Amino acid sequence: MALTSFRLLLQVSESGAIMRRYFVVNGFDGALTLLGLLMGFHISDAPDLQMVITSCLATTLALGVSGISSAYISEAAERRSSLAELERAMVSDLKESHHARAAFWIPWLVALTNGSAPFLIGMVIIIPLWLAHNGLSMPVDPLLAAMGTALVVIFSLGVFLGRIGGVFWLWSGLQALAIAMATLGLIHLLG
Amino acid sequence: MPSIRHLVLDVLKPHQPNTLEFALALARLDSGYRVQVEVSEVDEHTETLVVTLDGESLDFEQITAAIEKNGGSLHSIDEVVAHGE
Repeated sequence: MALTSFRLLLQVSESGAIMRRYFVVNGFDGALTLLGLLMGFHISDAPDLQMVITSCLATTLALGVSGISSAYISEAAERRSSLAELERAMVSDLKESHHARAAFWIPWLVALTNGSAPFLIGMVIIIPLWLAHNGLSMPVDPLLAAMGTALVVIFSLGVFLGRIGGVFWLWSGLQALAIAMATLGLIHLLG
Repeated sequence: MPSIRHLVLDVLKPHQPNTLEFALALARLDSGYRVQVEVSEVDEHTETLVVTLDGESLDFEQITAAIEKNGGSLHSIDEVVAHGE
């Protein structure tokens, strides 16, 4: 699909903002889930690094698949319903139109966005663990380095949301970070 | 060969693509086309347009196909100017 065609489908379906929202929401979910998992390992007794990496990868993959399937199912139903409503308003069949193409392609694009966000963010968070596993010596514990990466990602998502909403970037970044720190505190209490 | 030089069409279309994009989609059909779009009515899901096209040789089939591709529906042909050979 050409870039102009992709842009046209986004325009007729008015789904640019929806995709952005899905990316941030599920990306935040992914980062916070992995942060929780890493904190769980951190408060456990000296976990095996390979086991940590496998657990994080499996979680990331599950979040990705869950993101794709759930978004596709809901978006496909929403798009079919919107197209049918538009066809009723137009009193005509729109099957040859960009609207029908959008009703087919947009659920896939939204689903891929929703699934790729936690997957990609998860991969970034796991990088310090991989590096340590492959023999790179680190000045800090790889688990702490991965948790730090997760916190940076969460802060960045908050900054991104702040810029969209016209809120001061540092404030929205710190808000996201506060949620992550509160989560860490709760898990620490459990441990 | 006779050709159509001027058309006025009554078109119903969804709000998206917007009128600007809709006019550009018709203008892109041929560099010699001049397109004027007037919005005559706006409803909850649709808008009614009066589309005026001018050109040396307007391709009606191509124009209706472009209207349908953009979600529009041709309601009536309100004016035609055709030139003989």
